[in-house]
Amino acid sequence: MAGHATKEIDSATLWGGKGSPFSASYGKLMMWFFLVSDALTFGGLLVAYGYTRYSTQGTWPIGEETFEALPFLGNGYPLAYVALMTFILIVSSVTMVLAVEAGHRMDKKGVIKWMLATIIGGFFFLGSQAWEWSHFIHGTPFGKVTLNDGSVAVVKGDFGAIENFEVIEAGHHHAVGDLVTEDLLHEFQHAAQAGHLHGTADNLTIHLHDGSVAKVNKAADENLQLIIKEAGTKHAISSAADESTRVTAEEGAVAEYYEALTKGAVIYGANMTQNEYGPDQYGQFFFFITGFHGFHVFSGVIINIIIFLGVLRGIYHQRGHYEMVEKTGLYWHFVDLVWVFVFTFFYLI
Amino acid sequence: MAAVAHGADHGHDHHEESFVSKYIFSQDHKMIGKQFLMTAVFMGLVAMLLSILFRIQLAWPGESSDFLSMFLGEKWAPNGILNNEMYLGLVTIHGTLMVFFLLTGGLSGTFSNLLIPLQIGARDMASGFLNMLSYWLFFLSSLIMFASLFIETGPAMAGWTIYPPLSALPQAVSGSGLGMTMWLTSMTIFIASSLIGSLNYIVTVLNLRTTGMKMTRMPLTIWAFLVTAILGVLSFPVLLSAALLLLMDRTMGTSFYLSDIIVGGEMLENVGGSPVLYQHLFWFLGHPEVYIVLLPALGLSSEIISTNSRKPIFGYRAMIGSILAIGFLSFIVWGHHMFVTGMNPFLGSVFVFTTLLIAIPSAVKVFNYLTTLWKGSITYTPAMLFAVGLVSTFITGGVTGIILADSALDIAVHDTYFVVAHFHIVMGMSAVFGMFAGVYHWFPKMYGKMMNNRLGYVHFWITIVGAYGVFFPMHFVGLAGAPRRYYDYSVYEGFSGDAYEMILDLNVIITVFAIIAALGQIVFLFNLFVSIFRGQAAPQNPWRSNTLEWTTPVEHVHGNWPGELPTVHRWPYDYSKPGMEEDFIPQTTPLMAGEEEH
Repeated sequence: MAGHATKEIDSATLWGGKGSPFSASYGKLMMWFFLVSDALTFGGLLVAYGYTRYSTQGTWPIGEETFEALPFLGNGYPLAYVALMTFILIVSSVTMVLAVEAGHRMDKKGVIKWMLATIIGGFFFLGSQAWEWSHFIHGTPFGKVTLNDGSVAVVKGDFGAIENFEVIEAGHHHAVGDLVTEDLLHEFQHAAQAGHLHGTADNLTIHLHDGSVAKVNKAADENLQLIIKEAGTKHAISSAADESTRVTAEEGAVAEYYEALTKGAVIYGANMTQNEYGPDQYGQFFFFITGFHGFHVFSGVIINIIIFLGVLRGIYHQRGHYEMVEKTGLYWHFVDLVWVFVFTFFYLI
Repeated sequence: MAAVAHGADHGHDHHEESFVSKYIFSQDHKMIGKQFLMTAVFMGLVAMLLSILFRIQLAWPGESSDFLSMFLGEKWAPNGILNNEMYLGLVTIHGTLMVFFLLTGGLSGTFSNLLIPLQIGARDMASGFLNMLSYWLFFLSSLIMFASLFIETGPAMAGWTIYPPLSALPQAVSGSGLGMTMWLTSMTIFIASSLIGSLNYIVTVLNLRTTGMKMTRMPLTIWAFLVTAILGVLSFPVLLSAALLLLMDRTMGTSFYLSDIIVGGEMLENVGGSPVLYQHLFWFLGHPEVYIVLLPALGLSSEIISTNSRKPIFGYRAMIGSILAIGFLSFIVWGHHMFVTGMNPFLGSVFVFTTLLIAIPSAVKVFNYLTTLWKGSITYTPAMLFAVGLVSTFITGGVTGIILADSALDIAVHDTYFVVAHFHIVMGMSAVFGMFAGVYHWFPKMYGKMMNNRLGYVHFWITIVGAYGVFFPMHFVGLAGAPRRYYDYSVYEGFSGDAYEMILDLNVIITVFAIIAALGQIVFLFNLFVSIFRGQAAPQNPWRSNTLEWTTPVEHVHGNWPGELPTVHRWPYDYSKPGMEEDFIPQTTPLMAGEEEH
């Protein structure tokens, strides 16, 4: 394998028939052409994303603002986790190269070691993507609200902790005076979306599932600011860079926010139809393209495992070359390369 | 096959094969080519029958026809009158089967498989297994598409281009439900089949040419198949992305292509998507697809015209250059399908320019055909007649292409029968003629028998008269303002007076010619199937041709050549070379002392 391409052959001989002009087996060439084809599938999807983003009226979300959470550490680390994911994926490409290189030297142990590292990297990436999706789906505690004047706003600030729900009207399960302390945020968001919150910011009641009514004991939402994404009759669009354009607590942000909550005019997180971060298509493309890429990574990991088992059984060693490792390596590098583009389009730009 | 000795005298695997591995799950490229041909012939017949059904409605709207109720039953043709939704279904499936199954899968599937290994001197395709897989995926997708005709809610009804929102909303028409889902499923499998096939073709041409088969010694057929396969690899994936997003819109509630739609007085919740986005993605495939259909036909006819004129093809390198140029240009002209989508006129003019550029390589090809024929010693075999018929339709259809390329003119006739006439002649008829020419010419290679010439002539004349009889008057129907895909012009108040009368009269003439042309295909089928079993035994090189496939034994053998692979010493077009005894010199003949290569 190695070194073939470095021989000097004039082009008449090279293209004169009998043998590959690229000194490459048909399988390797097929993989290359398949990757060209797959690149155009991703190209089509990313162009569709760009087309939609460019032609959309509303403001498109900014990566740093949407993705700023770390596992166990909470919010406030813009793009830190995705940077780690990307780094690991790129490192897995490096380990793949090392596996291919070990294959050239017919070093079975080396191939095993580096392929195993690649597979672990792939699993790490997949797991991270699952976490990232889950975070994206659940969204922020505040959500996105449609205010009274028709403007649409997202919220900045710390979400005041919910202490408990104090039951004031009995239902099937809860008696008056019971304190509900479990799954509070989830219940709260669920009630908000269903229009089951009533009252004002200081005096909020919630209708629970069992038909009881409870008072929400919740810390005040300090420093709550509204960032207007779509203008209404009262508010103009806030600029991302200029904090002074936001609606502050002094200007009645808290009251307006809770008024929207009690009307059920709130979206939490993202799904295939709508999302709290921006125009509907933002979430749809995010799920579809990162999902499509994730499916490629998943299939890449599966293929790597199959080849890895072949390496373990010594199939390629007997064959005298590790070209299968090289071919799956090509696919793996391609999947990593596509991620660089997906990452750029969804997180950086 | 039995006549060939099996066993030790071959340098490659050769063993007794079971029926299944020989005729069904065969990995032999020649058998796979024949499988593609038979499937495609069947799909083509179905598509033709569908066109007759809806042509009857167009010619005699609202009149009862036993023929219609025989095929469509009470549900889709109550009292023998075609149901208006089924009309759309018939049009959609007619287009889909013709474009994808007959002229993409069928044409390049049959001849790329048959000819690539034979003409470049290879034992088989690079991967026999993937080749088999490609055929069976094609078969599966054909089956699903065909089955969609028989489901209760009818087949897809959004036209072969399946534009959303009609295709995206299951509640739009009855065919947008299960029928559309089956269409998308079938096409996804088709794309996989086409991709696998194309990868195989490309890699085989690059890697497996025999000794001496330089790229510039390859027959033009191979060049055409190579570029076709490259176009397929580059364009079908974009259709795949379009189809996947459409599938999401249909099943997951997304709005990639949907916005502000009112169905039955109710506003849908979908906002922010764009149906024009779909059109961009679709036509990025759709235009190269036209050349995926056409290039193999042009390649086949180049070979046939040169052989039967007993002259070298004129401008061999120019022909290669024009194939490459057409291939390249086909990727930057898709906007000419979309002049009326509200496209920026400046962008429109860019697409006008790139589209008009295609006229140059196309004209190069036409003039090279004509100059090859010029003063040739022409033998009009049925294959040659169809090849010359292709040159004719390529010109007549190409000329209206220049009209349609111009946005100012296109906007006036957009989506009328003028467009229908244009693409049926330039792409449909040309490709079908090329395919017929190929079948007649390479039938001896496929089946070891000769087809009947006399029936071939009858078939040709009925077909070409029928084809022009159908599509020439269609230009006037279009210019009179008749839009395509309308079920019945009489129900619209806008149509009245002389133009309306003319549309109705011409529609009758067109339908009569369509029926004649369809009946003419019976002659072909008869000839094809009778010749397979009872045809005259074919000599090894019936057309006295230079290319390598005619150096193989008449009876098929695995690995194509019983002994060593042939060595190539010259290009394939040494016909009537001055100073030579024979008027043809096979590619395997070494150059004589002092002889110059072309």
